[in-house]
Amino acid sequence: MSTPQETVERALGFSRTDGCIVIADESSGANLRWAGNTLTTNGVTRSRRLTVIAIAGESTGMVSRAGVTPDQVEDLVRAAERSAEESGPAEDAAPLIDAARAGSGGAWDDPPAETSVGVFEGFAPALGEAFAAAQDDERLLYGFALHEMNSTFLGTSAGLRLRFDEPTGKVELNAKSTDMARSAWAGTGTADFRDVDVAGMAAGLSTRLKWGERRIDLPAGRYETLLPPGSVSDLMTYMYWSAGARDANDGRTVFSRPGGGTRVGDTLSDLPVRLYSDPAAPGLECTPFVVAHASSREASVFDNGLALNPVDWISDGKLAALLQTRQSAELTGLSLTPGVDNLLMEVPGATASLDDMVANTRRGLLLTCLWYIREVDPQSLLLTGLTRDGVYLVEDGEVVGEVNNFRFNESPVGLLSRVAEAGRTERALSREWSEYFTRTAMPPLRVADFNMSTVSKAN
Amino acid sequence: MRQIDQEFTALPLRALADAALSRARDLGAEHVDFRLERVRRQTLRLSDARLETAADADDLGFAVRVVKDGTWGFAAGIDLTLDAAVRVAEQAVEVAKVAAAINRERIELAPEPVHGERVWVSSYEVDPFSVPIADKVELLADWSRRLLADDRVAHSDASLLQVKENKFYADAAGTVTTQQRVRLAPVVTAVGVHESGFDTMRSLAPPAGRGYEYLTGTAWDWDAELARIPDYLAEKLAAPSVEAGVYDLVIDPSNLWLTIHESIGHATELDRALGYEAAYAGTSFATPDKLGSLQYGSKVMNIVGDRTAEHGLSTIGYDDEGVETQSWDIVRDGRFVGYQTDRRIAHLTGRERSNGCAFADSPSSMPLQRMANVSLQPAPDGPSTEELISGVDRGIYILGDKSWSIDMQRYNFQFTGQRFYKIENGRLAGQLRDAAYQAVTTDFWNSMEAVGGPQTYVLGGAFNCGKGQPGQVAPVSHGAPSALFRGVNILNAVKEAGQ
Repeated sequence: MSTPQETVERALGFSRTDGCIVIADESSGANLRWAGNTLTTNGVTRSRRLTVIAIAGESTGMVSRAGVTPDQVEDLVRAAERSAEESGPAEDAAPLIDAARAGSGGAWDDPPAETSVGVFEGFAPALGEAFAAAQDDERLLYGFALHEMNSTFLGTSAGLRLRFDEPTGKVELNAKSTDMARSAWAGTGTADFRDVDVAGMAAGLSTRLKWGERRIDLPAGRYETLLPPGSVSDLMTYMYWSAGARDANDGRTVFSRPGGGTRVGDTLSDLPVRLYSDPAAPGLECTPFVVAHASSREASVFDNGLALNPVDWISDGKLAALLQTRQSAELTGLSLTPGVDNLLMEVPGATASLDDMVANTRRGLLLTCLWYIREVDPQSLLLTGLTRDGVYLVEDGEVVGEVNNFRFNESPVGLLSRVAEAGRTERALSREWSEYFTRTAMPPLRVADFNMSTVSKAN
Repeated sequence: MRQIDQEFTALPLRALADAALSRARDLGAEHVDFRLERVRRQTLRLSDARLETAADADDLGFAVRVVKDGTWGFAAGIDLTLDAAVRVAEQAVEVAKVAAAINRERIELAPEPVHGERVWVSSYEVDPFSVPIADKVELLADWSRRLLADDRVAHSDASLLQVKENKFYADAAGTVTTQQRVRLAPVVTAVGVHESGFDTMRSLAPPAGRGYEYLTGTAWDWDAELARIPDYLAEKLAAPSVEAGVYDLVIDPSNLWLTIHESIGHATELDRALGYEAAYAGTSFATPDKLGSLQYGSKVMNIVGDRTAEHGLSTIGYDDEGVETQSWDIVRDGRFVGYQTDRRIAHLTGRERSNGCAFADSPSSMPLQRMANVSLQPAPDGPSTEELISGVDRGIYILGDKSWSIDMQRYNFQFTGQRFYKIENGRLAGQLRDAAYQAVTTDFWNSMEAVGGPQTYVLGGAFNCGKGQPGQVAPVSHGAPSALFRGVNILNAVKEAGQ
């Protein structure tokens, strides 16, 4: 079996068309899943995928296969070339990225990084102890732990050779009372599981389950609401994904300016909100160059290797940038700001913790997390979804009991204009989107008039 | 019946299986199964009739699943060598040993007859992977150009997802299955932009377990649908905003399939009802104590779970645990009577046999209990859609799915659609904008006054039903006739956004 570096060189060597991009992805993963204080499923996986993008004039053909052996590489290149010949011109055609515009990654020659079930060496015993403690305390623990390591090797016929090792991990822990009537959730992203405090997470959930011993029914309506960082991540991540420059310029998103163009420059929040991405953000490091296996409205295969730099999407409360390819940047006349695989929000000077914000609340709702979020109306980016695993009523600075769940209808864009207070930014895991996006840091937010559209009987 | 692709049957399927099964048995596994899969996917996307994405992605690999000392062990590999098969079997046993320390529930599987060697191929005529990309791109470009020729259409999107799935399964009991199925999801969308906003109109053709013939005239009239989309879009853009309130609804199968999926399909998964998905996908209000007694819906409601329906996306001969697929009642005359199960959950709940709902979405995924084609049955001599509409004084007729969301116990849901028509005195009176319907599952299904006849029945569905951690996606179809519901809450999405 060849190394990924050898495979990339081999594929480029077989290329007969005007250009060629080769991406070798080496991935390994380990996971544990548990329910009712017992393990339910587990697994270790490995995958190896080779993607060849052939460029013939303005046409591209992309073929991606798993488990390619050295004697199958030429077949893959030829399949991509046939696809390029058949496909017709690509609308995002552009010269390949050269060294001057390329990002930098790790040492090309190093072997791919790997993970294994050993990553849970410290975590699994701690989880076992948490199961035992939960059993003694008549609580049930559910959850999931996942660790993946992806090593990406990108080579192009323009001479680029870039690689990056990206670890991705997360833990979700859910505690329920034995009658399943009360439930609380906590989650965190992690690069290596050494920073996961299972006992601390379980203790926090116990506190929340105790809050739930007093039940208060509230009707649907608009409430002052404290969103924890994870829920802010739920909403901001979807907004980020909806910030494509091409669609905005085409007049088909919330960031389209009526009559033409985009809303870049518009004030979205009266607070000096900063929403940004940075491939080098401490603890949230991610691939520092474009890796596009296929073109889409927000990504172009021709941009493969392009350096990713820190970018402010919202700066001082104003929309500052949209997700761009070289093609859309030219079309819109805006800066070239491709998407980055992390997202952070900060409000300068905001230092309060979520607990501090609870203490400063006269009457409002404190959420745990949001779930099943879907777009209702793209014009306003209205989203619907549910509150889940604990909605608490805060009165005079204290949690006084657990409230029923609600279906909400809210727009993250509209919501930004109603943010009354932000707290200190911390690493956050989106409950809804963590399968795709784990690297976020968000502050807790106090939002006026959050729209709880109807009551949900679910608990 | 079509033949299994030779390039799949030429792989060393039996040799790898024998090596893995034998090694796991030698290591003391009580149960062992081996699954080798090749999944071919091709995605084509056009924007304004120009190619945006042409991507082929193939997966090939195998997995070994064991039960060792009452604990699951699962491992997957990609090198198709005997050594690798043995190594992955050892790894699966090792994972089971490590996991045993935190397993408190002994894994046992419901028995399944040994089926010996079986071959199954889905029902299709033309393998879409045999059609040149250029032909497919030209077809989508032609569809796009037809939309763009109308000056009320500002932009068009067209896409075609194609999947061919080969599964080889062998277990230590002696069942050996080799299967192949094909599915397509063609979609076109027209976008209209005017000074005060924008909107879209999407085709209603459902994804289907069919071949390329589906795009060229079999089972769907594309010419007719494409011709109407600009008119539908223009009418929607000019339509008045709905007044929120309570309305009678006539729901077309192009919309109702998704409501069935969320409020019945997921709610009657037994693993979910028992709490095994509690931390992620959620649980279900339809708990086992309600089986046989819960009035899920009105007397006209009959729901069947089925993995055998021709052209169904969940249809297959044998599931990923070697269980022969079946058809069974989930709701009969409105009463909740059945669940979907896999072998583990069937045994756990004292059932004699699984009804064949295990599915893994890739060679490296562990099988989960996944959804059958769960379908609402039409009334044998039931009314047409027009006859259902004629029975409504003040209501709304809904076509096409769009937005969906439901809570974690499957009570509270909210759906939008492609088109909402006002009904006045039994007749359609133009489109409405900004509508969404919101209800509680059992209230909604008990408000169903009538279902249409077989002439209104359509098999809808999706490729991307998500479940489990690590997340997996499964294709599934849901058949439905048109149906009449009384007194359902309609929201105005613009007002919900506070505008």
